[in-house]
Amino acid sequence: MATTHFTTYIFCFLAFLSIMFALMVVLSKNPVHSVLYLVITFFTIAGQYVLLNAQFLAAVHIIVYAGAIMVLFLFVIMLLNLNKETEPHKSIWLKASASVASGLLLVVLVGSLKEATIQPINAFNPNIGLIENLGTTLFKDFLLPFEVSSILLLAAMVGAVMLGKKSIK
Amino acid sequence: MSSAIQVIPLQWYLLLSTVLFTIGVLGVLFRRNAIIIFMSIELMLNAVNLLLVAFSSFLSDSKGQVFVFFIMAVAAAEVAVGLAILMMVYRNTKSSDINMLNKLKW
Amino acid sequence: MIKLVGLVPLLPLIGFVIIGLFGKTLSKTIVSVIGCGSILAAFAISLGIFFQLTGQAEKSVPVELFSWITAGKLSVPFSFLIDPLSSLFLLIITGIGFLIHVYSVGYMSHDEGFARFFAYLNLFIFFMLLLVLGSNYLIMFVGWEGVGLCSYLLIGFWFKNTAYNNAAKKAFVMNRIGDLGFLLGIILIFVTFGSIGYHDVFEQAKNMASGSPVLTSITLLLFIGAMGKSAQLPLYTWLPDAMAGPTPVSALIHAATMVTAGIYMVARSNILYTLSPIAMETVAVIGICTALFAATIGLAQNDIKKVLAYSTVSQLGYMFLALGVGAYTGAVFHVLTHAFFKALLFLGAGSVIHAMSGEQDIRRMGGLKKHLPITHITFLIGTLAIAGCPPFSGFFSKDEILANAFEHNKLLWFLGVLGAAMTTFYMFRLYFLTFKGDFRGTKEQHHHLHESPKSMTMPLVILAVLAVVGGLVGIPEALGGKHFLEAFLKPVFEDSTSRLPTLLSHDTEYMLMGIAVIVMAGSLYYAYTVYVKNKTLPAEESEELEPIHLLVYKKYWVDELYENAITKPLNMFSDILHKLVDNQIVDGFVNGIGRFITWFSGIIRYAQTGNIGFYVFVMVIGIVLILCTRIF
Repeated sequence: MATTHFTTYIFCFLAFLSIMFALMVVLSKNPVHSVLYLVITFFTIAGQYVLLNAQFLAAVHIIVYAGAIMVLFLFVIMLLNLNKETEPHKSIWLKASASVASGLLLVVLVGSLKEATIQPINAFNPNIGLIENLGTTLFKDFLLPFEVSSILLLAAMVGAVMLGKKSIK
Repeated sequence: MSSAIQVIPLQWYLLLSTVLFTIGVLGVLFRRNAIIIFMSIELMLNAVNLLLVAFSSFLSDSKGQVFVFFIMAVAAAEVAVGLAILMMVYRNTKSSDINMLNKLKW
Repeated sequence: MIKLVGLVPLLPLIGFVIIGLFGKTLSKTIVSVIGCGSILAAFAISLGIFFQLTGQAEKSVPVELFSWITAGKLSVPFSFLIDPLSSLFLLIITGIGFLIHVYSVGYMSHDEGFARFFAYLNLFIFFMLLLVLGSNYLIMFVGWEGVGLCSYLLIGFWFKNTAYNNAAKKAFVMNRIGDLGFLLGIILIFVTFGSIGYHDVFEQAKNMASGSPVLTSITLLLFIGAMGKSAQLPLYTWLPDAMAGPTPVSALIHAATMVTAGIYMVARSNILYTLSPIAMETVAVIGICTALFAATIGLAQNDIKKVLAYSTVSQLGYMFLALGVGAYTGAVFHVLTHAFFKALLFLGAGSVIHAMSGEQDIRRMGGLKKHLPITHITFLIGTLAIAGCPPFSGFFSKDEILANAFEHNKLLWFLGVLGAAMTTFYMFRLYFLTFKGDFRGTKEQHHHLHESPKSMTMPLVILAVLAVVGGLVGIPEALGGKHFLEAFLKPVFEDSTSRLPTLLSHDTEYMLMGIAVIVMAGSLYYAYTVYVKNKTLPAEESEELEPIHLLVYKKYWVDELYENAITKPLNMFSDILHKLVDNQIVDGFVNGIGRFITWFSGIIRYAQTGNIGFYVFVMVIGIVLILCTRIF
């Protein structure tokens, strides 16, 4: 019983942190702060992954998102010297409508998912998040998408290099 | 350690993902800085990732987690290209305000 | 032999394909051998079929080649019907076709379109054979359209001349008017009888009451088709213009074969016509009117081919008169003899034109007797035959028609004799002006006069022999003969003749023949007095003509009448449709839609602000709405 409670508390704590920092990402004025808040959000999400027995994914998540993508963001911000509160303000009317729209979306999404139920088909297996299982699935059932995604990454890389060049002549 | 999915209802995860996703949408609508908008999009992607992992655990099927890998790959590619575009935009307009990018109207 | 009937139309088709595809690379000799040879082979098979048919008891043999169209209730096999009528037409088409092919070898030898000419001619023979061989109306219609096409191609054979092209177009359009009637008739037949095969239709028709409206409609519609194809009033004007084509074409298509397609069709549907007296009367009246009308025009024409053309129209009128009074055998008999003597006359005229280096005006001829001995003799035979001088072939066939007309209605007979008198007059006028008297052409032409080559005179001689003896197949009983043709065709017309009994005493027939011969002789003598004794010459273009003479010379201004009464109003109407309805209303509507969309999009494109935030906002609202409709 005690463990059950313990897990539930951890979930609630992490969820609270995620939502709070996500909001701060959106609301903070300084882009650098936003990036840092986002990194924290990613860490809390990684925590959720661990709770869900997806340990390998949690590790990859931190490495890729917090380690690579967010560093890229920071790098760009530093490069463009955007770490000031330079952003011009949107009008109140726009801000209000944005809030109302997202609030509406939340309500509607919650409303639509409220009734959703799902029955597990397989017996519970705590090992599916392990690297062995994931590897088997990835290279057995998803070999072609895996290879294709490598091409996608290559294309993205070439594109980024082409775009980032000073001027294309 | 037993999985959280055995004690926490799936509905909670759905709710959490929805809230995170909505915050992402709010960010896109709320801000004008292209980088923040970008980050909001990452946030939305992560909400979806979280949901996928929750379902994967719930159904004891590793395919959902494999999908998360693919989403990560796509996100990485997107960020690389997107930030490159952002650099170009900034170089041309000296701003990362998306409201400056309205040349394509009409 | 009947099993080989498929080859009869196939051989000319093969000839057409070979000459048509490789004509340019083949030498003239090979082209003429293929062209004539294919027709000769078809003629040989036709002859075999004819003798087999006379020898056997079964007179109506269907030969099914393959299943052609099957759609719902409609099932049309591609099959041929061999019976006395079709086998007789086979002989006429292939026999005369062959002679004219041989003639063309000489006539067209200097023409650059030699191979093209033979290709068209072979194609024509193919379609004509299809027309007479088919065992249902659809195949007949295919042949019917095909010969119309070939007629068009051959009239406009010298397509560099605009007048010739216009003549070809005129023939085509006129024929189309008739074809529409024919097609409607076929459709009505299918609707009424549920089939278009001859056998089914005629068997069912036999049991219908005489004079039923549907039969009358069918027969009148079919007759409209016959009017167009066989150049009857009021659709005859194309045939004189069709003389623009090479002379062998005029002989083959516009005298011997294609224009008799209408007679064949009516004779084939004889039971339908017999059962609708109104249609019969219409056919007879139109026939006699055409016969007289064309004959009067023929009296005053100066173009050697035009005279023959009007004579053809007139003779076709006689054939329809025969059909209209129920003398189906007489009509077919006249088709046969007319094919002989009219082909002969046209080929003779061609020979004259050939000798005169293309001159067609009889005012420039005269005295050709010395220079063209063979042509002269054969032309004289043809003239005597068409005039109805005993014992030439025309006498018997015309006599049979007139006797039947007499029995049917005295007035029809009287008009028929009048027409015959005119026929004699204009034909001898033509003969005298061309061959007697002194030469009236230029010196150069005189110097150039020569008899035509063997390939041209040989068909003339053969046709002349046929024109003399052709009548022997139908010597009436009154003259102690046996009417072979009637006996031969009896199975085809049996159902009709049993309903239309002929009760003409031999004495009456003698009297009628006597009158016909006397009228013919008187008319001949009159022509002799006018054109040989008094050496009267037709008026030159510049001379003033008496009103009646002018009226006839100008062909009653029928062409002008059609031009002003039909063509111009139609053109005006289409002009109105074009300028008002199409340009203003239809185009206006279409352009209006375009303009409205341009205007409307000009307004709503301001919604495209280019503001990404706004787009996303709208998108989110959209998602919310979609989810709302899904859930609530």
